[in-house]
Amino acid sequence: MYRSAVWDEPLLKELEEIKKEHYTPQTVLPDSLQRTNPVDIPDLDETQVMRHFFHLSQMNYGIESGIYPLGSCTMKYNPKICEEISRWEQFALLHPYQDESTTQGTLQIMYELEQMLCEITGMDHFTLQPAAGAQGEFTGLLLARAYHESNKDFNRDEVILPDTSHGTNPASAAMAGYKVIEIPSTKEGTVDLGMLEKVLSEKTACFMLTNPNTLGIFESEIDDIARLVHKAGALLYYDGANMNAIMGKARPGDMGFDIVHLNLHKTFSTPHGGGGPGSGPVGVKQKLERFLPVPWIMKKEDNYYFDYEYPDSIGKIKAAYGNVSVILKAYIYILLMGGNGLKEASEIAVLNANYMKKKLVDSNLYELPYRELRKHEFVISCERLLSNKGIRALDIGKRLLDYGLHPPTVYFPLIVKEALMIEPTESESKKTLDIYIDALLKIAQEDPSLTKSAPHNTAVRRIDEIGAVKNPIFTWKTLEKPKELMT
Amino acid sequence: MQFIPNSALKNNMLKELGLHDIGDLFSDIPQKIRVKNLHLPQGHTQQEVEEHMRLLAQQNKSFYEMPSFLGGGMIPHYIPAVVKSVISRSEFYTAYTPYQPETSQGFLQAIFEYQSLIAELTGMDVSNASLYDGATAVGEAALMCTRINKRKTFVVPGNISWEKKSVLMNYTKGAGIRIKEVAYDKKTGMIDLESLKKTIDTETAGFYLENPNFFGVFEDRVDEIHSILQKNQSMFVVGIDPISLGICKSPGEYGADIVIGEGKSLGNPLDFGGSTLGIFACKNEFLRQIPGRIIGMTKDQQGKRAFCMTLQTREQHIRREKATSNICTNEGLCMLAAATYLSWLGSKGLHELSTINYERGQDLGKKIIAIPGFTKMFTGVHFNEFVIRCPDVKKVHKHLLRQGMQGGLLLEQWYPELTNCMLFGITELHSEESIERLVSLLKEAR
Repeated sequence: MYRSAVWDEPLLKELEEIKKEHYTPQTVLPDSLQRTNPVDIPDLDETQVMRHFFHLSQMNYGIESGIYPLGSCTMKYNPKICEEISRWEQFALLHPYQDESTTQGTLQIMYELEQMLCEITGMDHFTLQPAAGAQGEFTGLLLARAYHESNKDFNRDEVILPDTSHGTNPASAAMAGYKVIEIPSTKEGTVDLGMLEKVLSEKTACFMLTNPNTLGIFESEIDDIARLVHKAGALLYYDGANMNAIMGKARPGDMGFDIVHLNLHKTFSTPHGGGGPGSGPVGVKQKLERFLPVPWIMKKEDNYYFDYEYPDSIGKIKAAYGNVSVILKAYIYILLMGGNGLKEASEIAVLNANYMKKKLVDSNLYELPYRELRKHEFVISCERLLSNKGIRALDIGKRLLDYGLHPPTVYFPLIVKEALMIEPTESESKKTLDIYIDALLKIAQEDPSLTKSAPHNTAVRRIDEIGAVKNPIFTWKTLEKPKELMT
Repeated sequence: MQFIPNSALKNNMLKELGLHDIGDLFSDIPQKIRVKNLHLPQGHTQQEVEEHMRLLAQQNKSFYEMPSFLGGGMIPHYIPAVVKSVISRSEFYTAYTPYQPETSQGFLQAIFEYQSLIAELTGMDVSNASLYDGATAVGEAALMCTRINKRKTFVVPGNISWEKKSVLMNYTKGAGIRIKEVAYDKKTGMIDLESLKKTIDTETAGFYLENPNFFGVFEDRVDEIHSILQKNQSMFVVGIDPISLGICKSPGEYGADIVIGEGKSLGNPLDFGGSTLGIFACKNEFLRQIPGRIIGMTKDQQGKRAFCMTLQTREQHIRREKATSNICTNEGLCMLAAATYLSWLGSKGLHELSTINYERGQDLGKKIIAIPGFTKMFTGVHFNEFVIRCPDVKKVHKHLLRQGMQGGLLLEQWYPELTNCMLFGITELHSEESIERLVSLLKEAR
């Protein structure tokens, strides 16, 4: 039986300050700026610090703890070699502004990675600057704006997206200054072409699409979608969150997409770091190239260099050149896998998902809304369990924790009721998939009170999230006087 | 194939699905757009890849192979082994965003500690769980100011880095925000208060002050700046170098509403400019307008202390186009490094480190201006970076490089008025020997 480590770990602030000594800060700055009270952070010994964070790490689930099938997140194994090499001094201790002649190795890597991503996606040029997928989307939409404006087309202020889209899509569109038009999906769970045609107009800047979509369904009518979008003078945007489904099988560039973002921290195995750093490179077709962020990484004979001479460029989207430590890991991963390996990764990711889907649906305990064949992820509904036993998707997720398994994404996409969105990735063995399937089947048949009160075996029991909103405590300071915050 | 355990079981599994060929799983992709293979090299063994990477690494010169006096918003600091050890715990670095709090208590508590440390450091009430970097933090701050007071002009100093300016323009374009610049005083290197008074009015959403600024100079007339903003009810946004806060007043003490900064210097390597860490903190009253994630302390159903993501109705995964920002993935691991680093330093350690950085900045400045022809551009008190003018900056740069040393940042390309100027940076990391060598090479290069 699984048991998580349970430490009643105090806050840093509650540890005994064994190194505390009173001191008077030296006065070095002008009076108006000199700090007179020392910063109130604890003075601890290294042993205390290390033990504190070690205990915390033991109350956290990572990809090496077990399967982590969060849908649309592609939680695959992160090869150790990528981690190790990216931390070598010659890579990690480079200043972004040091002379180009002294950073040729990293420049070559960035240059080559851009080329590899072009080949994988079928696009003409990539920028590695965006720090994450959402920033990639934002960058892509700025490029779309620059493109339309360069065509003296100033009235395109709408972005269309399907109701299955990731939350970042509408948020990025709004941030880039666009009105968001959401269209409902068909009964098949795909883009409604009639609806799309109806909302496309001379006001449309862009149609944003994930393919396969968040239900894991490939949008087979992509050719018609692209035709309609382009006929309206709009651009087609590819959210690459689900690229792990189709590497070496199909390429967004060939499907008619004009702008693509990838998530190196999903498809290309770089670790998520508990929420970052990520990397969200953006690729475009030639007609959009000149708007890409600067600098471009160029090669002349055997020399790599930065080129800032692009007057139509949108400029910078992030300081320096992107999250280079992440970029390095993705480059190493692609070298390890090769073209054949990436293709195999997608094939097995899809095989694993369909294997799990079949076993779960055959049980008749879970339902599969929409079309049968899925790609690397699938979404099942627990609606039947809710009406029969009163168990919700959330409860099932929490109960999985008791089995030492990470829950899938829950309640997404929004069009599936009581959704469990499962993406096993290619990293998991059949044995692990079977364990996960068995757990889901068992949970569906257990005493519902056990599920509704789950988790039982984790560091803490089910958490009062509403309490965190009602009585907000965000820092040590507010912990000492939480009441004040409530006003 | 490595990392794909089911490669060997492919046929068995297909059989269980009633399929014959892996291609059957991709039958929904129209023929027209299918590809057979990717034109990339075949996969390599780990040993082969490591050998290849070694050759590439040799084409780089790290700080220890080639001492560098570059700053400009990112500057190397010593990273204690304890930080590397903590961020190497795979329970941390391979985890996803903590959507499932019961099994992510460790990271959640660590973020809570980080938020607390940043609040202490900046004098603010709350901090978020990080943004991408210091540059995007300026953009997010400008957007937040206009959300709060519905005004559409944001003011920045003329001497923020061109990169920040460019990122800011991109972040604010969609919201229709106008960016205005305030001149800097060519003598002191600080904000020109007269220019500020003229620029700030009741249409100003907010003003961004950098302290120390891009030239390394401290802005010491913060109280006057604050009162100009107060008079116009404009937001006061302050950008900081966290290391300077060991000796410098926190922006909270001089009236800041929002404090942002690049937090890379807190236990994160340079990494050629990324990964980065965007610090974002503010006063309580603006809580519901904060971009990005916030972790709160609460209880589990048995009354035990617990942590979770909170105020999520601000965020994109709930609010979609009405979210305060589109940010999802942030800079979690860099934030964890920062929390570990600050708790390792402690209050006294931070004060000492800050003092050393200040003093070394002064010492190096003195040594350089003792060389005939080399002068300091600005009279303002500076931290660990400062601007030097010399007779021929390109000659100096080339000479240093030939001798295996990287000097300061050449400013002329971004600031045409700063002809022959170099921005030097120094921290506790620079050896005495490299400092002496720098000075003697500068003498030769004159």
